[in-house]
Amino acid sequence: MSSDAAAAPRLAATELSKRFAGVQALRAVQLQAYGGEVMALLGENGAGKSTLLKILAGAHRPDSGTLSIDGERVSFSSPRDAHRAGVRIIYQEPEIIPHVSVAENIYVGALPARGHRFTRAALRARVVADLARYGFTSALDPDALGSELSPAQRQLVEILRALTESVRVIAFDEPTSSLSDTEVEVLFRLIRQLRDEGVAVIYVSHRMNEIFQISDRVTVLRDGALVGTVTTAETDEARLVRMMVGRDLTDMFVRERRPRPTGTPALTVRGLSNDDVHDIDLEVYGGEVLGIAGLVGAGRSELAHAIVGSTPVHAGEILVDGNPVRISGPRDAIRAGIGFAPEERKAQALLMQRSVRDNISLAILDRIRVARVVRRGEERAVAQRYTGQLRIRTPDIEQVVSSLSGGNQQKVVLARWLARRPRVLILDEPTRGVDVGAKAEIYAVINQLTADGIAVIVISSELPEILGLSDRIAVMQGGRVTGELDRSEATEERVLALAMAGDLTTDGATR
Amino acid sequence: MTSTVADQTAEQSEPAPPARPGWPRRLLRAVGVQNISLVIALAVLVAIIGAQNSKFFLVTNIETIGTAVTVVGLLAVVQTVVMLLGGLDISVGSAAGLASVVSAMVFMSTHSAAIGILVALVTGVATGVFNGLVIVYGRVNAVIATLATYAGFRGLANLISNGRAQGYTGTDSTFVFLARGSIAGIPTLIWILVILALAVHLMLRYTDIGRNIYAMGGNATAARLAGINLNRYVVGCYIAAGLVAAVAGVLLTARTGSGQPTSGSQGLELQAITAAALGGVAMQGGKGTITGTILAVVLLGVLQNGLTILNVNSFWQDIAQGFLLVVAVIIQQRRRGLRAVGLP
Repeated sequence: MSSDAAAAPRLAATELSKRFAGVQALRAVQLQAYGGEVMALLGENGAGKSTLLKILAGAHRPDSGTLSIDGERVSFSSPRDAHRAGVRIIYQEPEIIPHVSVAENIYVGALPARGHRFTRAALRARVVADLARYGFTSALDPDALGSELSPAQRQLVEILRALTESVRVIAFDEPTSSLSDTEVEVLFRLIRQLRDEGVAVIYVSHRMNEIFQISDRVTVLRDGALVGTVTTAETDEARLVRMMVGRDLTDMFVRERRPRPTGTPALTVRGLSNDDVHDIDLEVYGGEVLGIAGLVGAGRSELAHAIVGSTPVHAGEILVDGNPVRISGPRDAIRAGIGFAPEERKAQALLMQRSVRDNISLAILDRIRVARVVRRGEERAVAQRYTGQLRIRTPDIEQVVSSLSGGNQQKVVLARWLARRPRVLILDEPTRGVDVGAKAEIYAVINQLTADGIAVIVISSELPEILGLSDRIAVMQGGRVTGELDRSEATEERVLALAMAGDLTTDGATR
Repeated sequence: MTSTVADQTAEQSEPAPPARPGWPRRLLRAVGVQNISLVIALAVLVAIIGAQNSKFFLVTNIETIGTAVTVVGLLAVVQTVVMLLGGLDISVGSAAGLASVVSAMVFMSTHSAAIGILVALVTGVATGVFNGLVIVYGRVNAVIATLATYAGFRGLANLISNGRAQGYTGTDSTFVFLARGSIAGIPTLIWILVILALAVHLMLRYTDIGRNIYAMGGNATAARLAGINLNRYVVGCYIAAGLVAAVAGVLLTARTGSGQPTSGSQGLELQAITAAALGGVAMQGGKGTITGTILAVVLLGVLQNGLTILNVNSFWQDIAQGFLLVVAVIIQQRRRGLRAVGLP
């Protein structure tokens, strides 16, 4: 840690290449990150960011190329090696041990101990000091259990873990995707503090405004190769997007204004209540997009799960096209014409070890069978049709889904529901972790669905997305709908006001 | 493989999709690395044993291997289904013992092989229903639930038989046909295994039931959200396991000429699980084939037969089997790309 760190890069990667079965994930990538700066790493999904991070983390070894830290050649064969060299990666979903305290979670693997005895009091004191040092005293309770933590707190634990050893390079992999705006502020304060302490910070995100807020330089990757590195202050969003996709992307959110549909709503929810959501009333018409906005923890995903019967419901009524339906599980919901693409595609939607075809046809097997035998020709045709229509980038439909990029995996989930042709489709965070190009394609699909008369509910934490995509916006807070806004009256400020309001009398909450 | 359909809908000027894998990779994908390794292992084993003792290749010896593996084979096939679902059934051997005793006792009191077999099969179904309901509605881990019934069914079998072999079926034509008869020159036992294996193979590969089983084992949440009734599948698979265990029990009775509460069925669960694991069925479910399992059953049968005709102490066979189970799972885990880190 010398003072002339500004001159020599803290981390330098030269000619890094990595190939996975059939896919060149990285092609001779060059990269420098300097101490005392934040370098954003930008690229579409599948551009090679994750591979690069995994190499830095010691989880993958490059096929060729070198890494050096402060001018010294390093080679990591395990995450431990990377930690020893002072390189830490903060992933989106950190591993947290549920049944132990925050303090023990932070010092896991490095408990301050005498012999094999560690003292809880000493540990706790140390964590309290750490929290105070980084200004998190109010954000994190050292005695809370791992299972009680919000996504933001889990990330803080992971960051504090990293800081228990001396850190020279720290990389954040889309840290804000599950954070609320206030939590993002806390994170940014920490990142600036780390930067000022001379750490080289690498920041991976799809969110342009964050990149302009926090980074000093931006490195862009495309198709596994370096496109270039630019100084943040000397560039703009349009230019970065051009670098990422190799083409101009204008009007990503193309949703035409259309008159509010009348008649019978495709989906009516009346007085729906369970442990997480309370007294929900909603109506969605065919051909309409209803956006559901709210801060993290507002109960949006819980509402979706309650509607499709994936969690038990205490009270309330659901009507499809005006007819009451009894839903006691996702199976009933699907039969009633309600499809649901959940938030966590890997954990809740995809069969990662099965093919694109298997994944697309999962919800329609009962429709394409004859005497329980699945008609393979028809199955393939359906898989081919939607692979083409959604431009899923895969060598063929027999490809295993785990080998696809995040955006293409999400398109596979969408294809499953498109194939089912539901009356109502609920999409929970359909573009999370998806690159700009795939996002635009997903928006186009949503537009097409509504043009075909399907009612779509989109849950999203990204306000511009909700505002651009929705005909109407329902805002939730604390498990209740605190207000509903028409597209014409919705602004970021009004949505946020409702999301943080807490009482229904706030201006703008009126229907 | 699917080029005719692909050509119709191929997109023209898309940002280049990743290259389609070449034919060696696609062939490998179709046959499976696992199965090729098993065939190679089998060939090596046959060569080694055959070189030591030429009697190995006699038709009678090959028939001996075939009939010896039938009972294990049946259980391995149904164990494969349970494991694909993400479960495990440790109680199949005990259920087979119970069914064996029941078939002989009912036969002795009714003098009807058909009734004896039928009651045994109903008993098997009942054991499966019990396992399934405990797992689904008691929310008990499958290993624990079937470990409990492993002891329970065995106890029940000993209880009703006083722990002794029951009856004599060696003169009944039906039981004799099952044990020593043949159709078109091939022993009945082998026919039964082949028919069951084929039926399950077709079910797994071509019906929505099979596809849903793979889906559940691969990702139960995704399967549920896609509208699959998980409970029905769990109970159904354990019922199938109980039924097939009962068939195995009836065959045990037929082969030994009497109902056996424990001898003959003890350790069958271990052999069945070993065969499935060796055949490439993932312990966490969602992955595996009947082809692999059957290859592994044959491999284990040949190994056992070979060790016997080479006069190797039979205790070594147990050691070899335990060793193979561990090796099979290690290979599986390595192929999943898991690193060697400590597990709880």
